[in-house]
Amino acid sequence: MTEKKSPSIKKSINMKDLDTNFKYEVAKEHGGEHIKRCFACGTCTTICPVFSVNNKYNPRKIIRMILLGLKDEVLNSDFIWLCSGCYSCYELCPRDVKITHLMNAIRNIAVREGHIPKPMEAGVDLLEKYGRLLEVSEFENTLREKKGIPKLNLTIPDVKKVLKKTEIHKLIKKSEKDE
Amino acid sequence: MSKQKYTLFIGCTISVRGLNYELSARKVAEKLGIEFVDIQEFSCCGFPLSSIHHNSAVAIAARNLALANAKNLDIITLCSACTGYLTEVKKLLENKTNSKLLKDVNTKLKDLGYKYEKGVKIKHFARFLYEDIGVEKIKEHIKEPLTGIKVAPHYGCHYIKPSEIFDGFDNPIHPQSLDRLIDVTGATPVHYRDKLQCCGGGILAVNEETSVKMVKEKLDHIKDANADAMTLICPFCSIMYDEFQPTVETTFETEYKIPVLYYPQLLGLAFGLDPKKDLAVRKNQVKVQPLLEKIENLRGGNV
Repeated sequence: MTEKKSPSIKKSINMKDLDTNFKYEVAKEHGGEHIKRCFACGTCTTICPVFSVNNKYNPRKIIRMILLGLKDEVLNSDFIWLCSGCYSCYELCPRDVKITHLMNAIRNIAVREGHIPKPMEAGVDLLEKYGRLLEVSEFENTLREKKGIPKLNLTIPDVKKVLKKTEIHKLIKKSEKDE
Repeated sequence: MSKQKYTLFIGCTISVRGLNYELSARKVAEKLGIEFVDIQEFSCCGFPLSSIHHNSAVAIAARNLALANAKNLDIITLCSACTGYLTEVKKLLENKTNSKLLKDVNTKLKDLGYKYEKGVKIKHFARFLYEDIGVEKIKEHIKEPLTGIKVAPHYGCHYIKPSEIFDGFDNPIHPQSLDRLIDVTGATPVHYRDKLQCCGGGILAVNEETSVKMVKEKLDHIKDANADAMTLICPFCSIMYDEFQPTVETTFETEYKIPVLYYPQLLGLAFGLDPKKDLAVRKNQVKVQPLLEKIENLRGGNV
């Protein structure tokens, strides 16, 4: 009898590969404080609008992986970036795990470990350059003037100054796979 | 909020892709006697950085809040993500257990001439209309009720969730505010399956395929409910349902043609404002004209 193998599910986990400290690291991060409360009821996954169209994003499974200590698999993954931030699970979680914030905590750690999706990194660059995620040009201001609404400053240079203070670039290490 | 003047926080997306939202909100506010003071130095709210670097995101939000506070103005927002994030950071910085964070943020902002001080209030424009102006007062301004039009409300996520930061102004599971705001225009709010479903905008940049599938689900449900239009209150939701509607139609070989109006546009129509000049309906991707004709026809039928 042949068994179908799913590439995303490991048949066995080697205890040696587990980082049992990972859950404490997550719990120390802003938003990750409640991770150890999870009792795996699955309410989050049931209610998740992303899971309903793409089962690669499974919050219940991600939390289990963290609690087990599958650090590299989690931080290296694409799926941690699939949470749409809708707060559906956050509202309904019976253990108040605050999953939406937990996902941000994991992403913050992933960024520090050198894993940041290209579009996210591009967003940081845009914010530094313009102070907004999108560039406001003279075109927008001409339209605004025509409609009688106040013009916008084309750039907000303070954003770059704030980000220099918070040292965001020291945290965003270029990951090898992106280079 | 009890002040007379407010500052309007526009954020990134509306600045470039939501002139129809901003203009209609300003026109509607003017009718209702709400005065906006613009702060040119406002930047991105900080939310996009929250998943990358918490401390940077908080500092950016704190700077915006400090700008409003320095002018003694409360903030009215149009984008739900800005609403949620600015409110979240306010609560975070004003929580006594986070005094170290507050001190740290203010140390960073000090050299740039800013200081976060508690007090500034933040409200989404829709919540402000519902709570502070109230449907009864709005009703007095309805000149051309949208009788006979069925409108599907899209609440989106950050307008009501996480509910713990929004003082319980609406129920996060069975919200009513937007339904009531539709009702006051004379239109009928329609219920549809999975009404609170997220637009998927939060992951558009990293996985377009998934977010487009999420859009399809909602548009299918709204179509099933025979709505004449959809109304929403967040620029990112609008990008997903309005700008991406043709993409979804092509990808899945289907047709919706559901006009997507920002709530102030809908309200503006009922106020008798000019659809093109005051509400910029030509900026909407899905044509609004057929809806305007239907409204006209229904009115004609009533005479």
